[in-house]
Amino acid sequence: MSQPKPLMAGKKGIILGVANDKSIAWGIAKAASDAGAELAFTYQGEALERRVRPLAESVGSKFVLPCDVTDEASMDSVFETLNGAWGSLDFMVHAIAFSDKDELKGQYLQTTRSNFLRTMDISCYSLTALAQRAAPLMKDGGSIITLTYYGAERVMPHYNVMGVAKAALEASVRYLAADMGPSGIRVNAISAGPIKTLAASGIGDFRYILKWNELNSPLRRNVTIDEVGGAGLYFLSDLSSGVTGEVHHVDSGYHTVGMVAVDQADAVSELLTGLTKKGE
Amino acid sequence: MSDVAERVKSIVVEHLGVDADKVTDNASFIDDLGADSLDTVELVMAFEEEFGCEIPDDAAEKIATVKDAIDFIEANQ
Repeated sequence: MSQPKPLMAGKKGIILGVANDKSIAWGIAKAASDAGAELAFTYQGEALERRVRPLAESVGSKFVLPCDVTDEASMDSVFETLNGAWGSLDFMVHAIAFSDKDELKGQYLQTTRSNFLRTMDISCYSLTALAQRAAPLMKDGGSIITLTYYGAERVMPHYNVMGVAKAALEASVRYLAADMGPSGIRVNAISAGPIKTLAASGIGDFRYILKWNELNSPLRRNVTIDEVGGAGLYFLSDLSSGVTGEVHHVDSGYHTVGMVAVDQADAVSELLTGLTKKGE
Repeated sequence: MSDVAERVKSIVVEHLGVDADKVTDNASFIDDLGADSLDTVELVMAFEEEFGCEIPDDAAEKIATVKDAIDFIEANQ
């Protein structure tokens, strides 16, 4: 009896936004690679290149390319390289966001125009800019995924302008799905629960958000990058061939909950006491 | 050398890829050991994982040297 063909055998894709081995994008990359996909990675700046290159090499990637999503020529160059080497593209993982750390604490009300525009540019518009370049390469259809967070739908302390950018990103997913659907290209978002990544370290009081989710989500725990990787594999593969324009939550069910978990009242109360003391 | 000090130093050696004899108590991660700002965040995450403790943002910002890390972890274990 022959072995079943691996889910992603023969598929080629690009992963933008791995920072280190704690990155959600790395969880997705590993899942895709384990299922037989061939991967290209991008990085922004020398500090990140140093981190991404060894990871990319560990999954046999031949392409580790610089990509600045605020620079049209830089993005053009990435897709020219892929076109020259592969001639086609099956999937793209967009895991890119940026905001001034000083505005990821305190009030949204204090957001400056310059950081608002920069946050929207890098965290939201970049998906559209990259989709424009990926589309011509996705000749036999394709799958694009991006990462979002519940702070796009509901107010989360300190998430601020990033929540606004993620809301716009989720809307972008729907509009891109509509535009690209006739070409067989699917566009979806994964809304992961809080995970301790390098990017998350820029969000104020992140450990309280993490603990709150652990206590109150239906599964009573946080999610791992491997679990997001599993959902990513579903979206990038033909398993989800009938799904587009979707925002899929991988958050232990937290987004379904309307109140604190009663059986966790003591732990929740202890957490809140910690927050109150901190504010004094 | 205390157990905490030994474990902190071995994390620093491994993460920054520096020689063990350079990782002295007073060595500054950025000035002496060539860490960048992302390294300092990654080091704090590695300490938290190793020692199962939580290092809040304001405390993490004050951890500049090997000794700062050891002192914080010993006081908060």
